[in-house]
Amino acid sequence: MTLWWIGDVLLLVAVLPVVVYLLKGVLDAARGIVPSVRRIAAAADAGSRDLDAVPLLLTTQDQVRQTVEVVANYGGSLDVIVDDAE
Amino acid sequence: MPAAGVVMIVAVVLIVLALVYYLVSTIVALRQITAGLDEAIEGVKGIIEKSAPVEGVVKDINGNLDAGVDLLEGLLVKKAGLTDAMGLIEGLYPGAAADGLRNFPDSKEVKPPRISEVYTKGTLTLARLGREAPIAAASPNGPVLRNVEGGSLDARELYPEIRQKRPERMPRSPVIGTDSPVQYEPATKEDE
Repeated sequence: MTLWWIGDVLLLVAVLPVVVYLLKGVLDAARGIVPSVRRIAAAADAGSRDLDAVPLLLTTQDQVRQTVEVVANYGGSLDVIVDDAE
Repeated sequence: MPAAGVVMIVAVVLIVLALVYYLVSTIVALRQITAGLDEAIEGVKGIIEKSAPVEGVVKDINGNLDAGVDLLEGLLVKKAGLTDAMGLIEGLYPGAAADGLRNFPDSKEVKPPRISEVYTKGTLTLARLGREAPIAAASPNGPVLRNVEGGSLDARELYPEIRQKRPERMPRSPVIGTDSPVQYEPATKEDE
């Protein structure tokens, strides 16, 4: 009977607090990850929205090509009109 | 049942209740994490899909710009000579000549002449207007300073007096081109 009581005391004084402590640690860690994951999701979403303007690069590409063509035409004309330095 | 047995049962029940509470709470938190990661993955997928064509487009843009730079640098050096070209660049963008021209490594060693003191102020003013272009936004002197009220007078004062006070008596500049009222004969070489 005495051993039984000792077992009861151990359960209540040692085992139960240790179990609660460990489980609470796991729960706190899991809850700490949640806001971080939400921030990551928000950042990824914002980054994706920032890239919505990427198709405009095609317009830029076309404009640059046309501009360089015009510059090349002017350069060719200047090459004919203006004398060389030497 | 002895009292010790009852206490043990109560202790076990307490432990089980603690296990249930904390494990269920942990499961809920892990599910929230899973949902958040799903959202993050969708965002990352969007980033990957949208940025996929960027490399090719940017390379093409850079290629075209490189060709433009090559052309302009070559033309400037061909027409003005390397020394005067560096002087013109230094006059327009002070300090830029130290960087040299990309296709002319020797240009870094050229001591740029002070062309800004040789060419007229109007010539450099016209050239400096290019500083308003986005590509020249990083000019060491900052954005172009344009004197709206006095700029025209300053430019006019560069020319002889007759151009300022009696411009109406001056003959107009000849109109050239295929539609001009007076057609000039094309220039011929002496040996022809």
